[in-house]
Amino acid sequence: MITFNDVSLVYPNGTQGLKNINVEINEGEFVVIVGLSGAGKSTFIRSVNRMVTPTDGELLVNGENIIPKKGKELRKLRTSVGMIFQNYNLVNRSSVIKNTISGRLGHTGTIRSVFNLYPKADKKLAFENLKRVHMEEKIYNRADELSGGQQQRVSIARVLTQEPSIILADEPVASLDPPTSHQVMTYLRRVNKEDNITTIVNLHFIDMAMEYADRIIGMRDGEIVFDGLVNEVEEKTFEQIYNRPIREEDLRGSENDASASGE
Amino acid sequence: MMNNEFKLPPKPKSNRKRVRNLIIALILVVIYYWAFSGVLSRIDWSFVNKLSDNLTRIVPRLANPDWAEIGKVTELIFETVFIAYAGTLIAAVLAVPFGFWAAGNMVKSPIWNTFGKWFLILDRTFPELILAIFFVISVGPGAFAGVLTIGLTSFGMLGKLYAEVIESIDMDVVEAMEANGANKVQILFYAIFPQVLPEFLSFALYRFEVDIRASTVLGLVGAGGIGTLIVLTAANRDWEQLGLIIISIIVVVMIIDYISTKIRKRLV
Amino acid sequence: MMPQLQENKTDKVMTKNSVYSVYPKKVKFQITIIFAIVFSIYFYSLRETEADFLEFFSELNLIFEKLLRMFPPEWSYIQAAIDPLIETIQIAVVATTFSVLICIPMSLLSANTIVKNKYLYQTFRNIMNILRTMPDILLATIFVSFFGIGIVPGILALTIFSLGLLAKLLSETIETIDPRQMEAIRSTGGNIIQVIWYGVVPQVLPNFISYGLYVFELNVRASLVLGFVGAGGIGSIIDTQLNFMQYQKVMAVLILLLVAVIVIETISNALRRRVV
Repeated sequence: MITFNDVSLVYPNGTQGLKNINVEINEGEFVVIVGLSGAGKSTFIRSVNRMVTPTDGELLVNGENIIPKKGKELRKLRTSVGMIFQNYNLVNRSSVIKNTISGRLGHTGTIRSVFNLYPKADKKLAFENLKRVHMEEKIYNRADELSGGQQQRVSIARVLTQEPSIILADEPVASLDPPTSHQVMTYLRRVNKEDNITTIVNLHFIDMAMEYADRIIGMRDGEIVFDGLVNEVEEKTFEQIYNRPIREEDLRGSENDASASGE
Repeated sequence: MMNNEFKLPPKPKSNRKRVRNLIIALILVVIYYWAFSGVLSRIDWSFVNKLSDNLTRIVPRLANPDWAEIGKVTELIFETVFIAYAGTLIAAVLAVPFGFWAAGNMVKSPIWNTFGKWFLILDRTFPELILAIFFVISVGPGAFAGVLTIGLTSFGMLGKLYAEVIESIDMDVVEAMEANGANKVQILFYAIFPQVLPEFLSFALYRFEVDIRASTVLGLVGAGGIGTLIVLTAANRDWEQLGLIIISIIVVVMIIDYISTKIRKRLV
Repeated sequence: MMPQLQENKTDKVMTKNSVYSVYPKKVKFQITIIFAIVFSIYFYSLRETEADFLEFFSELNLIFEKLLRMFPPEWSYIQAAIDPLIETIQIAVVATTFSVLICIPMSLLSANTIVKNKYLYQTFRNIMNILRTMPDILLATIFVSFFGIGIVPGILALTIFSLGLLAKLLSETIETIDPRQMEAIRSTGGNIIQVIWYGVVPQVLPNFISYGLYVFELNVRASLVLGFVGAGGIGSIIDTQLNFMQYQKVMAVLILLLVAVIVIETISNALRRRVV
């Protein structure tokens, strides 16, 4: 369970990332955060694994306030909160298997990881997770030899190898074409249901949010302007969140390729 | 499947690659063994006893520069800078035609072009000091030998860099001008030079920085500059004067690096 | 075609698609001034360095005659030069190894993608810059005065000399890596060493190897200088033979050295092309 109690975040340059956020996300939920770019979606998600640090309030992850965490404690938090990025963020020149097993780094001693001495169970876990996203054929390929969709699948495998209780995905499909986007979202959705991993995804495509989410949170200017289950959402809700009429670019669709470049 | 029975699928690694890696590793081990054992056998360990004595004797005197000699030192440092300046400028001008010769997109005949590339490579193979020895023997000791040395060594490097710049230009502009009916010289001045000149100048300035350091060495073989004084001062154990030389060189090099970096930033 | 040309002509930026376009007067003036300064310093330098190109070209035959004193090379002397050459190469290998090892922490500490503390990385950057201002001959002279004549000062001088360059090249490479790859490793809970090993090293390794080889080539060339100040290597016998005006012996040694440089650089270039 994740609880935001009056969380605010001001960046050093004065930009207000989050304003008095109060929200509770339950275990096993699949939450999609929608909003325009700059609305604070990314800041919201990155607060949960403390890639950014809120300046005010209390943020409870599994009952513990994570805001004061530092050093070892912080790394321990990050091992239990996995993250998926818009640009996959794989280490380009390393192999798929090495990228995947790097999900175990938080569980592995420094010396062991430097010399690639992972326990058999870890190797097995990494391989099984690659199988789950159907990437087991390519384990010795270098990451930069893969297509965007394949790279994102490897990054899902990397996150699963962390054995997290929460997965954060920051615009995971913004750089992908529509068919691949649906594929990646399907994998995320399946992992969420099968392993009961709480999943928070940032999206700016309305139709995809509607298709995959249990619950939708809308953000604008660092504030939550909507929070509700997916069946409570109508087109008007999005117009309220975005503060403007819905446009073509807000939809991923299944064939429309024009908006594939993302934020 | 039990955990401890698990094995990753085998790596599809070709035997050739493995053999190659093994050979490289083996060669490296041999080279390192050869180099380190050779060096260890050549070291005269007696320096260990004298080291602290030397340090306590010399360092305070180095740190106490003899400012009375500033006139002599400045004069020689200026000579060093002038050698570098004249040498670099000669090289920077001379390298332009050779850069065009070695640029693949400017010379129609690939053989002729390769010839130009080889010429520049040949020039770069000569270490400065070797060229300096040739020039000192042929034109006599003095700063002129230094200018010729710096000019010739920088010329090879600048020619290569220029050629790379020329190869990276936008040929569409050249084509457009050809379509306009411009002749070769017009194309050169209106389509090519504007694209390459800033980078040419930037490389020449960078080379000037390198050449200042290089021309301090020339004095070793009598080709002018401060090098002779450095060796002489150390031989006379005049540590106060050596201290002054060190400070002067650091200051001059830093000033010139600073100015040159500033100009280069504005150029590109 | 015509309207396009017109457009180019009126363009106030220096578009040179049209052969009619002219530089603005002010730019022309500035360029003239700069050229005047550059060339007046040049002629002053020529005077200061007593460079007389007219004499040089008019007495070319005399110069060649003097150069001929180096021919034919005294090949038998090569035997005496082999061991100093080996010493030179060994010094270069050892010094390159040391500087490669030391430059790793140095360059990490002076890259602003790794060290977020401005003062810390500025300090290391300044140390690097001061190191780079020292010419090799000065370093060698200082170390010879500390350690006495021998190869130890030579190794130290080359190590420090190449360290400045190597650390600069490597830290600049580290500053241009993709920070997202590091971010991903950080998000899995990796500590700083794991982030560097998994997120930074794979990105910079090919460049690192290439720089190492490049610095090795430079060190082989620079180690020629060492012998002249008593820091070991082939320079010392060249110095002696020059002082005795044994130019034919000098020529033999220089040819040997040149061959060694060419062989080493050919191998190193071939290796470098493999890794990048």
